[in-house]
Amino acid sequence: MSGLDMAIQGGIWALEILAIAVPIALSVAYITYCERRVIGFMQARKGCNRVGPAGLLQPLADGLKLVLKETIIPAQANKMLFIAAPLLSLMPALVAFAVVPFGETSLFGLWETPHVMAIANLNVGLLYVMAIASLSVYGVLMAGWASNSKYPIMGSIRSTCQMISYEIAMGFGLVTVMMLAGSLNLTDIVHAQAGGILHWYMIPLFPMLLVFFISGCAETGRTPFDLTETEELVAGYYTEYSGMWFATFSLAEYGAMILISLMTSILFLGGWYAPIPALDFIPGTIWLLGKSAFLIFVFIWFRATFPRYRYDQMMRLGWKIFLPWTFGWIFVIGMFIYTPGLDSIIDFWLAWR
Amino acid sequence: MLKRAFKTWFLWELLIGLSVTGRYFFKKKITVEYPEEKTPLSPRFRGLHALRRYESGEERCIACKLCEVVCPALAITIESEERDDGSRRTTRYDIDFSKCIYCGFCQEACPVDAIVETHEFEYATETRAELYYDKDMLLAVGDRYEKQIAANIAADARYS
Repeated sequence: MSGLDMAIQGGIWALEILAIAVPIALSVAYITYCERRVIGFMQARKGCNRVGPAGLLQPLADGLKLVLKETIIPAQANKMLFIAAPLLSLMPALVAFAVVPFGETSLFGLWETPHVMAIANLNVGLLYVMAIASLSVYGVLMAGWASNSKYPIMGSIRSTCQMISYEIAMGFGLVTVMMLAGSLNLTDIVHAQAGGILHWYMIPLFPMLLVFFISGCAETGRTPFDLTETEELVAGYYTEYSGMWFATFSLAEYGAMILISLMTSILFLGGWYAPIPALDFIPGTIWLLGKSAFLIFVFIWFRATFPRYRYDQMMRLGWKIFLPWTFGWIFVIGMFIYTPGLDSIIDFWLAWR
Repeated sequence: MLKRAFKTWFLWELLIGLSVTGRYFFKKKITVEYPEEKTPLSPRFRGLHALRRYESGEERCIACKLCEVVCPALAITIESEERDDGSRRTTRYDIDFSKCIYCGFCQEACPVDAIVETHEFEYATETRAELYYDKDMLLAVGDRYEKQIAANIAADARYS
C-alpha cells in the first residue's frame, strides 16, 4: 500500500469517526433536553420551553454555561489522575461505537452488495463492546481516588461494585444471543434476526432482554440504579468535578446510554429490520435509530417513575436474581438446541443450523 | 402465592408505575408560565399596601394610629398634626416593607378603610431603602389601584 493510499484510507476513517462522533455529541445534548421535557410532562409540567422555540436551544445554553464555568481542581487532588479520569470514562463510551452497525446500504444501487455502515465490521464485535464497556470502571475508580475526598471515594467504590456486578449478568445474558446467532459479529447477529418481528431475539430471549436492559441502566448509573450519585453521597464519584470535566462525565453517561439502547436494539429487537418485512422500504437506519430512540425514552420513563434502589437491594438484584436467571436461560436455550424433538422449536431462531 | 409469584416475576407493580407516568405524559399540563400567565388572586389577597382617598380627593386617613398600634412587626410609623381646617391628619405615614409581614391587621383595624392591601406583588427592589414607602408613595399606590381596591372591598363586603 502506497503512502497516498494510506493517507486516503486514514482520511476515510477520520470522516467515518466524525460521522458517528458528531451526531453522538449532538444527540447527547438533545437527550438532556428530551429528558427534561419528558420528565416534566410526566409530572404534569411543561419542562424547559423558554430558550428558543419550544426550548430547543436549551442544550446550547447549558453547554455554553458548562464551558464558561471555572474548572476547580482540589488542592490535595492528584492533578494528572483527576483530569485523566473523565477522559478515561468518556473514551470507552465513544470507542465502543466503532463496531456498532448502523444499518446496511447499497447507496441507491451504486454497490451491488449492501455494505454495512460501521467503522469496523469486527468479527468479535460483541466481545469488543463488552470489553470496552468494562473499561469505563477505571474512569470512575480514578475519579474517586484522585479527588482525595471521602464522598467521591465512597461513591466510586459503590459505582465500581455496581458496574462489575451487572457486567457479569449482562455478559452471561449475551451468551444466549451468541448461542442463537452463532456469531459474535454484530452484523451477523442482526442478519440472523431477518424476517419480521417473530424472528427477533426478544421472543425466545425475553427475560434476557429485561436483564440486559436493566443491567444497562445499572451500567450507566441511571435511575433506579443512581444510588451511587445520590444526595446522600453528595454527588458520588464526581463530587469534586466542575465545569467542562463534569460535562465530560455526563457526556460519557449519556453516550453509554445511547450505546446500551443501540446494543439492545441490535441484539434483541432486530437491529435495522422492520417488524413486518413489508415495511422494509423504510431505510434500516431509521428503524434502528427509531428503536434506540424508543429505548432511550424508556430510560427516561424509568427515571420519571421509579425510586432508587438501596445498596443491598441493588446487589441482591444483580447477584441473586439476574445472574441465576441468565444461567438458567443459557441452560434452557442449550437444552432446546441439543434435545431432539425440542430443537425443531428453536430452529426457527437458530441461524447456524 | 402463585399470584404473588406471577406479579413478582412479571414486574407487575413496575408496569403499573410505568402506566401511571405514561398516562400523565399525555395529561393536560398545569404549569402557569408566570410572567405571561398569572394565577387568579382572592379579593382578600394581601399584597402591597395603599392609602386611599375619598372621591373628592380628600385622603381618608384620620391619623387614629390604630394600624400603627396593631402592627405586629412595627413597620408603620405615623406622625400627625392638626391641619389648617382643624381636621386631624397625618404628616408622616411610612411603611417599611422590609419589616412588614403582610398580616393585614392594619387593614382590619382601620375604621375608615384608608390603609388597604392591593393585589400588587411585583415590587421587588435592589436595595432595602427602596422598600421604605412614605405617605406620598402609598397614596400614589392607592390612586393607581383604586378601581381594583374598590372592587375587592365590594366583593368582600358580604363576609366582613
